[in-house]
Amino acid sequence: MSKNRRSTVNRLSAENVTLAYDQRVIAEQLSVEIPDNSFTVIVGPNACGKSTLLRALSRMLKPSEGRVLLDGQTIQSMPAKKVARTLGLLPQSSIAPDGITVGDLVGRGRYPHQGILRQWSTEDERVVQESMRQTGVAELADRYVDELSGGQRQRVWIAMALAQQTPLLLLDEPTTFLDIQHQIDVLDLCAELHEEQGRTLVAVLHDLNHAARYATHLIALREGRIIAEGAPKDIVTAGLVEEVFGLRCQVIDDPETGTPLVVPAARKARVGAGAGAGKAAATEAS
Amino acid sequence: MKTTNRTVRTPGGLSVRLDVRAFTVVFLLLVAALTASVVLIGTGDFPIPAADVLRTLFGEGNAGQEFIVNELRLPRVLVGLLVGASLGLGGALFQSISRNPLGSPDVLGLGQGATAGALTVIVLFSGSANQVAAGALVGGLVTGLAIYVLAWKRGVHGYRLVLVGIGVSAIVTAVNGYLLTKSDIVDAARAVVWMTGSLDGRDWAQVWPLLGLCAVLVPLVLCNGRGLRMMEMGDDVSYALGVRVERVRLLLMVAAVLLTASATAAAGPVSFVALTAPQLARRLTRAPGPNLLASLSMGAALLVIADWLSQRAFGAEQLPVGVVTGVLGGVYLLWLLVTERKAGRI
Amino acid sequence: MLVDSPPEQRAETAPAPPTRRAIRAFGLLLAVAILVLVALASIAIGAKELSLGQVWHGLFEDSGTYGDVVVAERLSRTVLGLLAGAALGLAGAVLQALTRNPLADPGLLGINAGASAAVVTAVTFLGITSLSGYVWFAFFGAAAVGALVWFLGGSRGATPVRLALAGTAISAALYGYLQAVMIMDDAALGKMRFWTVGSLSAANESTIRQVLPFLLAGMVLALALSRPLNAMAMGDDTAKALGANLNRTRALSMLAATVLCGAATAACGPIVFVGLMVPHVVRSFTGPDLRWILPYAAILSPVLLLGADVIGRIVARPAELQVGIITAILGGPVFIYLVRRRRTAQL
Repeated sequence: MSKNRRSTVNRLSAENVTLAYDQRVIAEQLSVEIPDNSFTVIVGPNACGKSTLLRALSRMLKPSEGRVLLDGQTIQSMPAKKVARTLGLLPQSSIAPDGITVGDLVGRGRYPHQGILRQWSTEDERVVQESMRQTGVAELADRYVDELSGGQRQRVWIAMALAQQTPLLLLDEPTTFLDIQHQIDVLDLCAELHEEQGRTLVAVLHDLNHAARYATHLIALREGRIIAEGAPKDIVTAGLVEEVFGLRCQVIDDPETGTPLVVPAARKARVGAGAGAGKAAATEAS
Repeated sequence: MKTTNRTVRTPGGLSVRLDVRAFTVVFLLLVAALTASVVLIGTGDFPIPAADVLRTLFGEGNAGQEFIVNELRLPRVLVGLLVGASLGLGGALFQSISRNPLGSPDVLGLGQGATAGALTVIVLFSGSANQVAAGALVGGLVTGLAIYVLAWKRGVHGYRLVLVGIGVSAIVTAVNGYLLTKSDIVDAARAVVWMTGSLDGRDWAQVWPLLGLCAVLVPLVLCNGRGLRMMEMGDDVSYALGVRVERVRLLLMVAAVLLTASATAAAGPVSFVALTAPQLARRLTRAPGPNLLASLSMGAALLVIADWLSQRAFGAEQLPVGVVTGVLGGVYLLWLLVTERKAGRI
Repeated sequence: MLVDSPPEQRAETAPAPPTRRAIRAFGLLLAVAILVLVALASIAIGAKELSLGQVWHGLFEDSGTYGDVVVAERLSRTVLGLLAGAALGLAGAVLQALTRNPLADPGLLGINAGASAAVVTAVTFLGITSLSGYVWFAFFGAAAVGALVWFLGGSRGATPVRLALAGTAISAALYGYLQAVMIMDDAALGKMRFWTVGSLSAANESTIRQVLPFLLAGMVLALALSRPLNAMAMGDDTAKALGANLNRTRALSMLAATVLCGAATAACGPIVFVGLMVPHVVRSFTGPDLRWILPYAAILSPVLLLGADVIGRIVARPAELQVGIITAILGGPVFIYLVRRRRTAQL
């Protein structure tokens, strides 16, 4: 699945972007290519700039230098609705309006395909049903969003992003606040979208093992720089994990899938080695 | 209580989506507003039966009735309808943009800004009614501009907008209080009547500018209403869906400021219509979203019915309409809150 | 520093390290010192110029001279400013935490409207004209509306939005009544246009004695509520999980806020904005912990109120500007500056 990324022209890429909030620079001169038809996952420690990168790729954040390209054009200069028909984003924070039903919320994902005289086509109806079915929320269609559990709510928001029907879909930490079963549900859904529908997915994930299992292309960030990128099998090594996360570990084969599985070194081993280990543990042992 | 959407589609691929309940509510509110208008035109020192009012409006009345209806009472009712509609729509826009049911123009200080303009003219210059209206318009627009500029910081955040509005409002209210304590009792009485909001003595000169403004702004706002609906889900989501968030917000805010300021210039800061009309409308339609048309109709109906009540209860020139809108809107909102509590939903 | 999410979305949740606690405690002492200075200024400075010697004479060797009378007046005015300021600040902080709405202030929950409506009734229909006569009306008007808002807001099932809406609705109705009376009765207008601005100038010992027990009880109750309100700040479910009794906390908060605002409004008229602004300012440097917000608000609110009162006595000599006007004109720009400068700490 991983391609030589310089040789093909991919639909979404960032060229030498500098990303900053006000005066605070998050990343400088960063270049990223999102391989077409990949399930790309961005990983890195807290505050490494991974969400910021995703915001730049989805034009939520305008780079102070450099540019983000979508289909060869600077994304900022393209008509908003046109971008929205190509690239969807599920942000970390979204607000469900008071008293809105699941069906209505998912239906709002059709906005970029609608106009003042084309408010609700049969196609809209079909896509909304399809999206709710895929995410398993079809039977909740008439329920109020604010009555749902966290896991259900997240699936509703994903259904809304699906209803947008974009070939590219960006997800900012879609599994946060979900329990393990729902985390896997959401990731399975992503894999399905990627494998069966050929959509390009880009997600920011916290859990390195989830990333290694589901991603076809992994980007490891640290302090605004890319440390490594490529297929998880090729790049996830004990050395990389230590370099990116400062964690000593073993990387073994996942008994289920054969993908890399990161097993943090036992506390004693890390304390014994001293380097890069949690300081609290070190003081406790001394 | 799910929303009741019906879709109308043409063979050419055009489609319009209607929420049946919301549509019915808008229709009934407009009927109520127009019925109240007809009754209101017939009310006064020379009562005219509703049938005669209708006949006269369609150009078949006698000369005496025609003068009373067309020259005296019709413009007043039209100003009431337009002011109510503008305030209802402006309130709905502000509440939706600020994502706060209390983020209405009254709370953000637009009403106070217009009042400051009017009070300046009344207290410092003892100006004419038209000068007072002009002062109010200028005051409202300047305040709106000040709020937007002060709240601007890489875009206008709903939360910051409301807080800055409150700050501005407090300053302007203090200035108003100062002007009121500085004035002599005659000017103060005039100022209080103006500050309550009144439709007394309004004529065609007030109708035309308001009508022109509404004719431009209402369609403009409604065309952008879908973007506003999306923006309820947060800036990120709506931007991802292809809404030009900042542009839509600026456009709608300018429209809301213009609507509110001109309505205030025409009738004074009729209190609480902008605050309560959208809340009432939303509770009747039970639809999510800014409910723009329903708020507009609710504002118009509320104001005209209030005007009729104030005339019925206290005689033609006794009690400004703003008093009744406050009482009526407040009590109605309370009633809805109480009945909703039984129904178990906010 | 590298951050992952945009600044506006990050919440300050880290527990305060000991050094920060020391800084906050020191800040609190500093605030007390400032308050003492302002209170002294409020006694020493006024529309009438008195020498420091005369002020000293008035304070400690009162022999009934003209200067002594002036000083005694200023003293009661200062005491009232201290009490009312602290009450308004505490009430505002409690209401904002209770409704989780940054716009919550005594005006929002209809308390000012209740007091004003009761006073206008007393003036117009019962012919009461003295301030000490108003006090009870204002207080019971405020208390009645507070209770009504609580009941209509859903009492046991009250939610922040419902409380705010109920308060707004009642205010709308009561202000309608107030304006109607003011329009139809010039005498009421003459009285009310000064009363509704809010002023400390009519303070005297008997007024203070009337409201003092309520103010003190309300302050103690408000300060005692800081922990349960802290738990509620994290949302109803989390609060329940933490073992907070939501209904009791809500009821007691409403009670404290109503008593505080009612008593303060009864004594000085509706002084708006102090209760709204000071908790915001305080939150911008203490963070969301009510155990710090409440004491700071109790100390800094009278600084604003008394400071504004002192300025009001100087700028328009020999006349005075009402304190309500000055607080807003002074506080408004500061407030806007703070809102612009920081991401406002969420509630």
